[in-house]
Amino acid sequence: MEKSGKKNNRRDFLFTASYTIGAVGIGATIWPFIDQMNPDSSVKALATTEVNISQIEPGKSITVLWRGKPVFIKRRTQSEISEAQSVDLNELKHPEKDEDRVKKSEWLVMLGICTHLGCVPLSNKGEYNGWFCPCHGSHYDTSGRIRKGPAPVNMEIPKYEFVDSNTIKIG
Amino acid sequence: MSDNYVPSSKFGKWFNDRLPLLSLSAHLREYPTPKNLNYWWTFGAILTFCLVAQIATGIVLAMHYVAHADLAFNSIEHIMRDINYGWLLRYLHSNGSSMFFLAVYIHIFRSLFYGSHKSPREIIWVLGMLIYILMMATAFMGYVLPWGQMSFWAATVITNLFTAIPLIGDSITTWFWGGYAVDNPTLNRFFSLHYLFPFLILGLVILHIWALHVPGNNNPTGIEIQKPSKDTVPFHPYITMKDIFALLIFLIIFCGFVFFSPNILGHPDNYIPANPMVTPSHIVPEWYLLPFYAILRSVPDKLGGVILLFASLFILVGLPWLDRSKVKSAIFRPIYKWFFWLLVLDVLVLGYMGAAPAEGTYLLIARVATAYYFLHFLVILPVLSSVEKTDPLPLSISDPVLKG
Repeated sequence: MEKSGKKNNRRDFLFTASYTIGAVGIGATIWPFIDQMNPDSSVKALATTEVNISQIEPGKSITVLWRGKPVFIKRRTQSEISEAQSVDLNELKHPEKDEDRVKKSEWLVMLGICTHLGCVPLSNKGEYNGWFCPCHGSHYDTSGRIRKGPAPVNMEIPKYEFVDSNTIKIG
Repeated sequence: MSDNYVPSSKFGKWFNDRLPLLSLSAHLREYPTPKNLNYWWTFGAILTFCLVAQIATGIVLAMHYVAHADLAFNSIEHIMRDINYGWLLRYLHSNGSSMFFLAVYIHIFRSLFYGSHKSPREIIWVLGMLIYILMMATAFMGYVLPWGQMSFWAATVITNLFTAIPLIGDSITTWFWGGYAVDNPTLNRFFSLHYLFPFLILGLVILHIWALHVPGNNNPTGIEIQKPSKDTVPFHPYITMKDIFALLIFLIIFCGFVFFSPNILGHPDNYIPANPMVTPSHIVPEWYLLPFYAILRSVPDKLGGVILLFASLFILVGLPWLDRSKVKSAIFRPIYKWFFWLLVLDVLVLGYMGAAPAEGTYLLIARVATAYYFLHFLVILPVLSSVEKTDPLPLSISDPVLKG
């Protein structure tokens, strides 16, 4: 009895070891088939965009493409800035201070993508004078913060810096 | 019967002993079918035709289409203007998808009415639902290929559904896209999968028919019958002829769309090339996805909407275990009959709301209809299966006809 029990143990060990090695091998073989769908090197290489902002008048905005996504660069007017700064944070669905969303309060740089399902919101529309998404009715304020509608969070601020007073580098 | 079928020729017998294709063919010809099947039962054959037609037109379209963000839109116009009969093949393919869904909805509601999803046919039903879900995925990816405005923004909105998944949503979506937005890699892989999925569907259809041939067809009375018996007729020529006749009627409607109003089911904005900077002011999915779109939009929360959208599909898979009434056919279920038609109405209302703007009264109606949809499957059906007093079933399918 004891002998056969021992034999079973050795056999169990061989089975377990074989299954484990087999599973690791199959996993390692499948991974390239899955990972090939992730962003490739050429897509990642396009990660920065430089934009000249000297031509933008106060109250106007431009849209540039960065990594295939629209980025809004808005030169805000004084009233839009004070409107964005005076909001009580308790009123916000996703509380963020306007000061934390900009580097220079005159310039709002953000991804022009509704955080609901990815449509491009329309400028100077909606109940909060900021942006309005026509797809499912999300309203954003002059700081791009979500105020009303199905979008869960504020429009995203990409990584950017002022190279000089006339140029912004996004990414 | 086909089990002991012996080919008449010597070669036939030699071949059949090695690969019993002739036995299979004999089984398909002699397959005993209830003699009381009505025209709602012809949609199985119509759907098989639709799948074959979509594959045939799709393969030839793929000979001319270019799956690249810079070239796709123009290659579609090239098909429409330059390729011999390209306009016909493309309109057959694009309207074919709508006809395919029309037929599948009739087929599904026929099951619901006559209880074809019930024991012993649960596996047929589950396979059918998998086919339906794959059809939606295939149709969605096909709609993206022309790379017009509607294509692009449909792809954006639908893939963004997955960003609602907590923690891993963004990485999954980036993986789907192959970039940081819907772009050329997305288009390219959608084309590859759009070519693959119909063949997966074909495989499931074969399993669906195989599973059907084990218990045999349900019938309008919903009672199980002896097969073969005086209650059955051989599939060929009785059912084949009836199916072909129904198919011809169906083709008249199909051709009506293709030749007289090929764009009526599409959206004019899809003739504007894709532009990632501008979203069209009113985006709607194709008509066959509208009820689910209405469910998605009726929830004011992003994750909640996505969960409800997928729940509305997967709840259908579990239907045979939600509706436990022993009586299959609605003909003998006086209360269920009404709830069946109420569900049909509810789905039509949801479809209408899916196309309407998501605000005010429309939104309210969409919410009520969404609530009712879930109420039907999760409350009404389970309760009804225990409280409903069903009408007496006939002894056989011939019985009600002959005793008069």
